[in-house]
Amino acid sequence: MAWLDSLSPQTQFVFFTLLKIGCVLGLLLTLVAYAVLAERKVSALIQDRVGPNRVNLPLIGSIPFLGQFLTKLGFWHPLVDGVKSFIKEDFTPGHVRKIYFWLAPAISLVPAFLVIAVIPFGSTLGAQKMVIADLNVGILYTFGIVSLGVYGVVLAGYAANSKFPFLGGIRASAQMISYEIAMGMSVIPVFLVVGHLNLGKIIEHQAQNGWNVLPIFGGGFSAQTLLLVPCGLVSFVIFFISALAETNRLPFDMAESESELVSGYHTEYSSMKFGMFFIGEYANMFAGAAMMTTLFFGGWTLPFFGLDVAPVAGEWWKGLLHIGIFMGKMLGFMFTFMWIRWMLPRFRYDQLMDLGWRRMIPLALANIILTAGVLALTNR
Amino acid sequence: MIVKRNALTWFERLYLPAIIGGLKVTTRHFLNTLTTKTPVTQQYPEEPTRVLPGYRGAPYLVRDQDGATKCVSCQLCEFVCPPKAIRITPPGPTGKPADRTNAEKMPEEFEINMLRCIFCGLCQEVCPEEAIFLKSDFSLTGLARSEMIYDKDKLLALGGTHPGIQKWKHKLDEAKEQETFPVKV
Repeated sequence: MAWLDSLSPQTQFVFFTLLKIGCVLGLLLTLVAYAVLAERKVSALIQDRVGPNRVNLPLIGSIPFLGQFLTKLGFWHPLVDGVKSFIKEDFTPGHVRKIYFWLAPAISLVPAFLVIAVIPFGSTLGAQKMVIADLNVGILYTFGIVSLGVYGVVLAGYAANSKFPFLGGIRASAQMISYEIAMGMSVIPVFLVVGHLNLGKIIEHQAQNGWNVLPIFGGGFSAQTLLLVPCGLVSFVIFFISALAETNRLPFDMAESESELVSGYHTEYSSMKFGMFFIGEYANMFAGAAMMTTLFFGGWTLPFFGLDVAPVAGEWWKGLLHIGIFMGKMLGFMFTFMWIRWMLPRFRYDQLMDLGWRRMIPLALANIILTAGVLALTNR
Repeated sequence: MIVKRNALTWFERLYLPAIIGGLKVTTRHFLNTLTTKTPVTQQYPEEPTRVLPGYRGAPYLVRDQDGATKCVSCQLCEFVCPPKAIRITPPGPTGKPADRTNAEKMPEEFEINMLRCIFCGLCQEVCPEEAIFLKSDFSLTGLARSEMIYDKDKLLALGGTHPGIQKWKHKLDEAKEQETFPVKV
């Protein structure tokens, strides 16, 4: 580590940032690959099936117990899925608008990754904060980037130049724009309570005063905490539903609506271009799960065993544990996403819009006023 | 009949009862499949699938209990076969005699093109000798089209034996008895 200390602070910053980007991106892509497997396994279990259990690797498969177990688990399926994506024919239909057709997958993939940059995925390791960009306007940045994701879908629908993708793109854009409003409004109570836009500060506040979704443990009981419980719950529920809609998950599966639109906006895509939409979709889910963990579920903190404070020097295991806690919460949300998929049928388009504009947005507005009122009355 | 649809109560319109109901169902199925490990999936190539009696698989020729070819080359199945999958070469006047004494003849060659066969079972239905049966095989594979034309030897080997009344043997017995007329009691 001597050569690291010899570098200037700027170089060190660049080095560690690049290192963090590499690690986070690698981990995220792996998680995305395994989220696809988890999705298939969870749906299989809910439908009384066994799910993917075929792929066997030559050497590892012959290890007595483990090899068979991993095969049964479908552990290698993401690997072959990825290889398959790459070696499939990348077919560009003759009738598409070529530039947008090539641009759309990238545009839908990149915002999902950019959102992760401001998420504090752990406390500290050594002297490094476990967040790629510790922005003071973290949440504004997130919402700005998330709204870019709509362009990928819209462009894909427009570029494909055929009926079903077009309909899928139109529906998805209307849906995503509507629910973004509800989503943005649902987090305002959080900022009223916390008083910061920095996601790290939000986690610190939650460590001291209890999680935003249910602020009952942590800061002890007071009239204010009790009055803020419904506000936090309503905020979280609206944010969660909007996150489902933003990531185009069932029951708000308007962009794809397989039963009506073949596969919606990416009907005309094949090979790795389709793969990029797929990765983007799952990366978006991870981003949504990470946002919910950070905003409402205390990020990397747990309110017991002293896990709610950043580790002091030398406690690197605690830093790793914090990353593990964050991942655990995030994966819990991912499981809930997959679970809900098999729980509820898809909303009809008008019902979706009705829910968004006539239920969610007024409710979110009322919640802002309620929270502000509670805070004003209890002197904060 | 007019089904009366009650208006939803305000509680039902919150979607909450539906969501809780869905939660229950999916959780039950998830945990059941996870713990008891009894999914409905049949692991087909590893676990051979069972077919029920009466299943119409591939048609094969059968032998009687004495190991003789039952087919008498009457060509009824060839005529009735809707996709014309069966081709029979009769022995002709100079051909090999039948396996069974007293049976008129047996086919010199009997071919079923399994690529054409639609497993309809009309050949089995029309056969006066109970010589062809739809067995339980359903996945026939080959590396070439020529491999999928099953000849007489293959069909007989796959069909196995099917014990029956053996009418030609009885006719032979009766004929022998006729030789020592009047019949000894």
